[in-house]
Amino acid sequence: MRRILSSPNGIAGSVLLLIVFAIALFGPWLAPYDPQLFHAQNRLEGPSLQHLLGTDQYGRDLLSRVLNGAPTTVLFGLGATALGVGVGSIIGVIAGVAGGRTDGVIMRILDGMLAMPELLFTLLIVTFLGGGTGQALLAVAVTFTPGMARVARSSVLSVRTREYVLAAVARGESRAWIVFREVLPNAIGPIIVEATIRVSFAIMIGATLGFLGLGAQPPSTEWGLMVSEARQFMFRNPWCVAIPGLAIAMTAMGFNLFGDALRDAFDPKRSHG
Amino acid sequence: MTVTYLIRRLGAVLVVLAIVTVAVFAITNVLPGNAALMILGENATPENLSALERQLGLDRPLLVQYVDWVGGVLHGDFGMSLRLGLPVSQVVGDALVNSLSLAGIALAGVTVIAIPLGALAAIRRGTLADALIGLFSYVGTALPEFVTATLLLVFFARPENPLFPAGGFVPPSEDFGGYLYHAALPAVTLGLILMAHISRQVRSEMSEVLSSDYVRAARLKGLGEGRVIWRHALPNSLAPAVAVISLDIGYLLGGIIVVEEIFAWPGLGRLLIYALQNRDLPVIQAITLILAVVYALSNLVADLVIAKLDPRVRYA
Repeated sequence: MRRILSSPNGIAGSVLLLIVFAIALFGPWLAPYDPQLFHAQNRLEGPSLQHLLGTDQYGRDLLSRVLNGAPTTVLFGLGATALGVGVGSIIGVIAGVAGGRTDGVIMRILDGMLAMPELLFTLLIVTFLGGGTGQALLAVAVTFTPGMARVARSSVLSVRTREYVLAAVARGESRAWIVFREVLPNAIGPIIVEATIRVSFAIMIGATLGFLGLGAQPPSTEWGLMVSEARQFMFRNPWCVAIPGLAIAMTAMGFNLFGDALRDAFDPKRSHG
Repeated sequence: MTVTYLIRRLGAVLVVLAIVTVAVFAITNVLPGNAALMILGENATPENLSALERQLGLDRPLLVQYVDWVGGVLHGDFGMSLRLGLPVSQVVGDALVNSLSLAGIALAGVTVIAIPLGALAAIRRGTLADALIGLFSYVGTALPEFVTATLLLVFFARPENPLFPAGGFVPPSEDFGGYLYHAALPAVTLGLILMAHISRQVRSEMSEVLSSDYVRAARLKGLGEGRVIWRHALPNSLAPAVAVISLDIGYLLGGIIVVEEIFAWPGLGRLLIYALQNRDLPVIQAITLILAVVYALSNLVADLVIAKLDPRVRYA
């Protein structure tokens, strides 16, 4: 942790993430108004003392809506990544440990899945599953699986021939011991780094699906959906689209910066600073 | 670079594409409701439905349908669009040209701007210019295309005095200036994320190269700083940038779906959203396959360029 905080990027990322997590935890409680309450007299207003960030096309308080959307958006990113990383890592570790033909077959299938651009793959799955937050989350997780499996596999392969693993083999340790006590703890670094950076992609793809009407459904306060709903009115009140848009950017940037700092901390040789 | 290497890489691409055809066919076949149901609607009688299924060949075993489809694709025949009443190849062909040209404009602009920007950041390392370029690249990576597009529209396409059109398309053969004018905002949107990635990559490579022994040797030889940078440092920093560009083609192809939808650009992305909304299966299959081919080929080209730029790269 100290090494993460030693670079400006790491500090900026940590601060951003702290803010994002604080808002996700306490946002709904901090919100001054009910996020679904119509203030018919004050529609599409700019920031004022009464509505700190202004109001949307129904006169709903933008600050309250953004604060309430935070847990939805952040949980989506974390959930989709956790699922994708979990399944991907299991597949990758199996391929890496098994080697030989199993590895070859798994890798060819993954190559085929990776041959489709991520958003296209996600769109196909969402169309198959139908729109909605849960479906979108599953789709992003499936899309992340092949990439994560690759990272996990290469990480396992780089560890597998190290002396301490060979020593454990020579000692006659069981396969399970070698995998869980020797290989995995040493291979997990790159997986964690990749996962952190992917949370920001998950949040961006989730918001994009919300924007296209394939993710969260109205009247949800998911940020991508907020941008999409306010688009018709963006020239009358740009705040309606700018606020949720910047909220997405801030969250994604926090995970990006933190992930980069984490990578440098795990691998001081590959400095990006 | 040997001929065997080329053949081997091409073979790998073909294997991957074969897997993609299976995946595309499988995904579109598990979509609820088949083509016959799509054409006739929810209220079709079972007799009509099975008659049309027989006519379209949907009652045959899946394997036969797959072989039939792939056979058609290999002859450039993707079947008929269920919604538009036109051959898919015709619908998709025009859209492909429009998409490729938009992506090409974005990519060209990005390369011209991002590489010097990254190099500048590395040369002026630790200065305000470096910090600003770094900040820009982080903000750029964190903005999804739909947010960038929406913000650009708010700033540059206000209905009172639009600097740029909010959307639409003019064929380049009719009015090339108007075509570029309409392409400006979508191309900038597409380019932003790529610009962020590439400038960051060039900066990190370039700063490594600048502190290397051969650059020091070049300086000690008494070469001018300009010659050191242009002849020694920059060419050696480019291979990783090309690698990043090739990975970014994936983003570009994904981004194009959103950007074309927002700016009403008549390309593959917009057509894909239309086809997905209307369950136009042959169109979905064709577009997915085309995007996968473009993606695979651009990765192959990037690998070849990297091997050319960096003589140390000798793939097994």
